[in-house]
Amino acid sequence: MTLTLGHFLSLGAMLFALSVVGIFLNRKNLIVLLMAIELMLLAVNTNFVAFSYYMHDMHGQIFVFFILTVAAAESAIGLAILVLLFRSRSTINVDDLNSLKG
Amino acid sequence: MSQTLSASTLIWVPLAPLVGSVLAGVLGTKFGGNVFGRVFSHSATILGVLVAFVLSVCTLLSVVQDGAHFNETVYTWMQVGGLKMEVGFLIDGLTAMMMCVVTFVSLMVHLYTVGYMDEDEGYNRFFSYISLFTFSMLMLVMSNNLLQLFFGWEAVGLVSYLLIGFWFNKPTAIFANMKAFLVNRVGDFGFILGIGLILAFGGSLNYTEIFAQSGAMSQMVLPGTDWSLLTVTCICLFIGAMGKSAQFPLHVWLPDSMEGPTPISALIHAATMVTAGIFMVARMSPLFELSDTALNFVLVIGSITALFMGFLGIIQNDIKRVVAYSTLSQLGYMTVALGASAYSVAVFHLMTHAFFKALLFLGAGSVIMGVHHNQDIRWMGGLRKYMPITWITSLIGSLALIGTPFFSGFYSKDSIIDVVSESHLPGAGFAHFAVLAGVFVTAFYSFRMYFLVFHGKERFDQNPDAHHDAHHDDAHDAHDAHDAHDTHAAHDDHAHGHGHKLVPHESPWVVWVPLVALAIPSVLIGYFAIEPMLFGDFFKGAIFVDLVRHPGMEELAHAFHGPVDMALDALTSVPLWLAIAGVVSSYYLYMINPALPTAIKRNVMPIYDLLENKYYLDWFNENILARGARLLGTGLWKGGDQAVIDGAIVNGSWKLVAWVAGGARKLQTGYLYHYALVMILGIFVLMTYFVWLK
Amino acid sequence: MSVTSGLFYVFSAVLLFASFRVITARNPVYAVLYLVLAFFQAAMVWMLLKAEFLSIALVLVYVGAVMVLFLFVVMMLDINTEALRHGFWKHFPLAALLGVVIALEMAAVLMGGFRVVDVPLAAEGAVQLPNTQELGKVLFTQYVYPLEVAAAILLVAMIAAIALTLRARKDSKYVSPGDQVRVRARDRMRVVKMDATQAAVEPSSQPAGEVKA
Repeated sequence: MTLTLGHFLSLGAMLFALSVVGIFLNRKNLIVLLMAIELMLLAVNTNFVAFSYYMHDMHGQIFVFFILTVAAAESAIGLAILVLLFRSRSTINVDDLNSLKG
Repeated sequence: MSQTLSASTLIWVPLAPLVGSVLAGVLGTKFGGNVFGRVFSHSATILGVLVAFVLSVCTLLSVVQDGAHFNETVYTWMQVGGLKMEVGFLIDGLTAMMMCVVTFVSLMVHLYTVGYMDEDEGYNRFFSYISLFTFSMLMLVMSNNLLQLFFGWEAVGLVSYLLIGFWFNKPTAIFANMKAFLVNRVGDFGFILGIGLILAFGGSLNYTEIFAQSGAMSQMVLPGTDWSLLTVTCICLFIGAMGKSAQFPLHVWLPDSMEGPTPISALIHAATMVTAGIFMVARMSPLFELSDTALNFVLVIGSITALFMGFLGIIQNDIKRVVAYSTLSQLGYMTVALGASAYSVAVFHLMTHAFFKALLFLGAGSVIMGVHHNQDIRWMGGLRKYMPITWITSLIGSLALIGTPFFSGFYSKDSIIDVVSESHLPGAGFAHFAVLAGVFVTAFYSFRMYFLVFHGKERFDQNPDAHHDAHHDDAHDAHDAHDAHDTHAAHDDHAHGHGHKLVPHESPWVVWVPLVALAIPSVLIGYFAIEPMLFGDFFKGAIFVDLVRHPGMEELAHAFHGPVDMALDALTSVPLWLAIAGVVSSYYLYMINPALPTAIKRNVMPIYDLLENKYYLDWFNENILARGARLLGTGLWKGGDQAVIDGAIVNGSWKLVAWVAGGARKLQTGYLYHYALVMILGIFVLMTYFVWLK
Repeated sequence: MSVTSGLFYVFSAVLLFASFRVITARNPVYAVLYLVLAFFQAAMVWMLLKAEFLSIALVLVYVGAVMVLFLFVVMMLDINTEALRHGFWKHFPLAALLGVVIALEMAAVLMGGFRVVDVPLAAEGAVQLPNTQELGKVLFTQYVYPLEVAAAILLVAMIAAIALTLRARKDSKYVSPGDQVRVRARDRMRVVKMDATQAAVEPSSQPAGEVKA
């Protein structure tokens, strides 16, 4: 059958749902958390590209371009922070990162 | 021919004593550096009062002989909207008479103080205060508006406070001066209400403008009620007079005010300050005449005071207290006269009373000095041998007080009795009985005091408390260091454990000259002044009487045939025989049969207790009113201040915030996955909202 | 079924499987590798959507740089993964429920309104430029300013990452010039008042040998 926009969008939706589940399950593991966030971004990007194709509008792809840039920057900094955390605490267990407890 | 007096002369009447007071008070005391000594202080103040006296006499002569009149504003203090606050003088017969009385008595007291307070450390301060008092009283009587009257009113109250508590190290003196001030405050509350009512409905504080409005005001009703406005206003004004002139039940401060030195008892609490209330009611006579209810109220209160205070005088043992209760009773007489619409009679009695009561107080002071500061009449007696001048002048004063014909007190008192019997007010019957019975009581206690002090056996070495009051002890230590002190040469011999006998002595000339000077008007002034004051034009324009509704004065005028006739008529009238009865019974009880009073006392113990406790009014004031006020204060403090304001509002607000914050901070777990979880749940909620519920 | 849709289903299936394994893998290295697989599949899906520049960019930039970075970090840190998986399956039912609910809600939205089929090209006679050129045409005209901002973001990210993790050399003798200038004499030297001469200490009576011991 012909592919409709809906197919691509549901693909994105399922990816997003998976990443949310991933955050839920891996609450203790910071690295997997970051990876789940990457998955979320991927789902969103897929949505944008699909829309761009089916609406014949380049703007969607431009947006993906920028999202990619910012996602890369964010991953870099996130990992830098992770490395720092590990240096000082020797753990990436989120349970141990509660100094900001009110 | 009317001739106006000049403002620049008049202004010196109150100003001269003020200057003297400031000089003595600031530069004569530690406050200003003790620049001047005693001689300067008493000279400056006496000079100031002398100037005031001379100018007052000139003013009186102008008013009487030339019909001069003065009613002008001297200085406008401020004007707020339609209200003018000004300093002004109104000089008519009433004012001129009051000025002369005040300055004369003040001058006599100043001179007397040179001798009486000679040993006292606060000599300069005392002179400053009595001059300040003279200034305040003069401002009061000379004013032409209610604001200045009130200023003078409060100022004399203040100086009275300062002087009653002159020996401020004595706890009883401090208690007394606070009591005087607070009881006066109660009266002032009513007074301010009255002034406020006049201002609100009359539109002005100036006498002339108020009296012009009095006709319109008599038709008005107090808004929200159906009481006549003028009745309420006059009753409020009279409450102020009750406080200042010590009428029942606001009289409780006057006996306690005897804690102050005797000169001020004479000046303030006999002749001048306490008469301010009488003066004020007489000044406001156009208003009072329009309200029979207020006049009745005045009449009843006055008669209660006149009679019941006399009863209390019978059992007093302190010489000053006897005279104090006598003052209260006589003030009651003046008030009764006011109530019977006989304002001129009341003011006439005010004048004669000022002279003979001041004389009696100063005489008592001389006696106290003579027996080395013992004030108990039980331990005096036979003093006429040692203090002849004091004896004669006190006898003259007492005769004037009881209403002996030809003496001044007779003319004023008998006029009061006559005019009350003509009054048609509801309370007139009781008032007539009260003033008649008062004659007997007055004669009884006056001559009881006279006989116990000046006649009989000498009892001054029988005093069980042979030590003097604290004032004397303090001065005594300072005195021992001095060698020659002419006024107390006999001081070496007194009952202080040395075995010497107490010998009373006559007081120095600065003390007995005022006594003589006061005795002269006590005898003469009634005879000469009754006709012009009561039945002549003396108070024309100053005092207003509605002769249609209150014909008492007219009846009195018809019955009057001259002072000599009046004195001879009295021989056949009831009051004189009541007075004679009083003298005779006191002679019998205290000279011939001294054991009898004790026996009587034993038989009527409950009555004696009632009198001893001053009708339990002091007990009531201290235990119920004062304690009630303190309880209220404590309750408001603990309940209102501490519990509600501090506890609930001030502390409660931060405690609430802290409690909320304490709960809110539990949201900040610090765990990353909690935050992520909250974010996801938030997305879920938003999605649900936008998909299903929008 | 055309080739395109068949390829789409294949790629999607692998993508979904790979992402599932990302989140459930026990070994973090496996998780990263599965993520790489997922990205590859996504790139292919994008290729199907005729966005070839972006799909190659995804592979080059994301997989080539970001995922490699992830791998570096995972391998560098000695992570005790057993402790981290404690309570994993306890939360699985709730997590699955939540995921299903989210997916269904999204599907409800999407399926309802987005039945757009591939329509013929908008401009009949317009020449279809390659994707890259199309992208460039829009990017360098309308989005120049965001482009510059994106460049600045990257610069900032780089500086931030370096600044965060930089460790000072232990053998460096570097002193901050500011501190050098702010030094005060009394931090370095203390003047003590002493007598020029002092009385000589009396020699002890003991022989020198015993003192030395």
